[in-house]
Amino acid sequence: MNKLFVSPSPHTHGPESTQTIMRDVLIALTPAMLVSVLASGWSALVLIIAGVATCVLTEFLIQKYLIKGPVTVCDLSAAVTGVLLALNLPPNAPWWLIVIGSVVAIGVAKMTFGGLGQNIFNPALVGRVFLLVSFPVLMTTWDDAGSMFGIVDAFSGATPLGAVKEGLKNGQTLSQLTADNLTFSQQFFFNVGGSAGELSALALILGFIYLLCRRVIKATIPVTILCTVFVVSGIFWLANPERFTNPVFNIFTGGLLLGSIFMATDYVTSPMTTKGQIIFAVGIGLITVFVRYFGSYPEGVSFAILIMNCTVPLLNKYCKPHRFGEVKK
Amino acid sequence: MKKTFRIGGVHPHDNKISAEAAIEVFPAIETAYVSMAQHLGAPATPVVAVGDKVKVGQVIAEPSGFISAYVHSPVSGTVKSVGPRADIAGNMVPHVEITVEGDEWMEDIDRSDRIISEIPYSPEEIIEKVKKAGVVGLGGASFPTHVKLAPPKDKKAECLILNGTECEPYLTSDDRIMRERPQEILIGGAIMMKALGVTRGYVGIEENKPAAIASMTEAAKAFPQIEVVTLKKRYPQGGEKQLIDAVIRRQVPSGALPIDTGAVVQNVGTSLAVYEAVQKNKPTIDNVITVTGRCLPAQHNYKVRIGTPMSKILEVAGGLPENAAKVISGGPMMGRAIANLDAATVKANGAILVLTEAETRRRSESACIRCSKCASACPMGLEPWLLNKLSRAGGRYDELEKERVFDCIECGCCSFTCPAGIPLLDMIRISKAEVMKIMRSRPKK
Repeated sequence: MNKLFVSPSPHTHGPESTQTIMRDVLIALTPAMLVSVLASGWSALVLIIAGVATCVLTEFLIQKYLIKGPVTVCDLSAAVTGVLLALNLPPNAPWWLIVIGSVVAIGVAKMTFGGLGQNIFNPALVGRVFLLVSFPVLMTTWDDAGSMFGIVDAFSGATPLGAVKEGLKNGQTLSQLTADNLTFSQQFFFNVGGSAGELSALALILGFIYLLCRRVIKATIPVTILCTVFVVSGIFWLANPERFTNPVFNIFTGGLLLGSIFMATDYVTSPMTTKGQIIFAVGIGLITVFVRYFGSYPEGVSFAILIMNCTVPLLNKYCKPHRFGEVKK
Repeated sequence: MKKTFRIGGVHPHDNKISAEAAIEVFPAIETAYVSMAQHLGAPATPVVAVGDKVKVGQVIAEPSGFISAYVHSPVSGTVKSVGPRADIAGNMVPHVEITVEGDEWMEDIDRSDRIISEIPYSPEEIIEKVKKAGVVGLGGASFPTHVKLAPPKDKKAECLILNGTECEPYLTSDDRIMRERPQEILIGGAIMMKALGVTRGYVGIEENKPAAIASMTEAAKAFPQIEVVTLKKRYPQGGEKQLIDAVIRRQVPSGALPIDTGAVVQNVGTSLAVYEAVQKNKPTIDNVITVTGRCLPAQHNYKVRIGTPMSKILEVAGGLPENAAKVISGGPMMGRAIANLDAATVKANGAILVLTEAETRRRSESACIRCSKCASACPMGLEPWLLNKLSRAGGRYDELEKERVFDCIECGCCSFTCPAGIPLLDMIRISKAEVMKIMRSRPKK
């Protein structure tokens, strides 16, 4: 005689789990990781490995010995944080920098709030901003890193955004500055100097397409952010092209693509409804442009996302999905 | 572009492995256990006593209220007992037990294969015939059909939608009857249209049933008022509200009845039962049941007399395999797990599904990652994650009501989708029952 189970419906489950979703995010980040390692050599690989290891270990230790609860590092969410943090640092940063950043990301930004699903701020971004304000020199210097396989010319010095900010401060105009700066195709494929993950727009977009195909994320947030940045910076640029950088430059430089595709779409720290997501994304776009144009930092994506993270509970409360049968007013 | 409903929905693997199994007549049984609660509403009152001789199609119970239905003997023989017996969930329900002797039918039932397409009856006569035949909605809710064919005076029906979506995975009984008996289904539809006084009819069929679409489209050539609509494959398209939205682009407002959109939805199985009731004088005494499961040696679509024990059906189908872990009446999304295999079939049973442990294992629950996939999947535009949270917070029923927990149709899309394996629907059901109770207890204005 069979032992039969009885339970309420549904009696079957879809294929997705937290782990498969996080695994998909890691797969989507692989092109960016590859570009980073190809362009910057072993130091980028060391950063990724150190980041993932520290994040996973921190979460494990806290869950096992501090909370004494179930250990859930197998859901891969800590590993995702580690990779994202690594892609947010200069590729030649020392290994101990990311270790500190990872401990802050997981220990402070994630676990103090109760772990996965409870945190208000994106852990990787908290880690990055912590490092940015604590180690400003290390976080904004891009040393001459040896290209790993000699495929790509190594770069040195400041990022394009940093160079622009510095130049404008010194009274130069943009046309003088951009003469020796980057062409579009360079930006798109490989050569935008910056954090490990900011190197290639193409690699990030490949990851984006993968996430869309796997239905891990929807296009709403990234597309809205990019459109906002394009339109707002476009207005400024048209008003004064000598003072303000052009929209295409703004989209393909800095961490905008990495931030909009992989950080602003973080489930936990983004709104639940399409309406809320649009407001959230427009906010990120606006803040990014304003920090870049008027702030003291050359880059504003991290700040923009963290600031908009604060609004998520409110957006969730007031932006309700379209109910079935509701008449549009 | 193929039509579908506009909010939410999921795409479970359709697993229609029994689709090619033609309908077989189930062998004669020895004893029939006929439930008095085969319909929504008050259980029927038995009108036979122990020792009475009954024929196939003879009335054995009468409705005991406005929303109730007649019950007929599905077999011929002697009434052995009248009393409580366990249903599939183990609840004690009044049954009439009949020992089968031969197969003698009531004389007025037309048992020939001749298809009668003329409808000489008035709407009132049709409704009376449907009522007398004990026809109930065979899509699952088992709402008495004659009640649905007579909408309240202040509502106006504009069209009839026949539900051939069969959006639940595994189920194929509607697919089979649409392939094998399309004309009768459409005549049944025409009969109901006449009763409702409407001139527009639709048959909604999902695209994963091309053979059924072909046969129904072919047969529909003789019915210019009825249009066969091919729908995209998407669960829960067979939900009454979703189907109306998919076919005529109208959404039933919260708290309103489907009739408020002008549409009356009937399952294709019900349509066939209406045809038999009106044209052939045959009451609902049998139905087509899919017996399926990847672990079963063979897949079947049986035409089974009502009152046949589930265990008997499984035995004839080849027995329950060693690795069977769950037997479900209905599909995997909304079906009910059977606690008592000796329970007998009722009119609205459409399938017996056998799943192994691996196929039906519940995931262990982990933390909500706020992916909002449940909200995207919800066909009613609710936020299951929030309802779950409020439900677990205990007693926050005013908020749950404001979040429209009572709109939940219990389709299971949220639990199915949740990557964290949270039993969202379980939690919603708990608070929904509570909220409905509170709403009902309020004085009416």
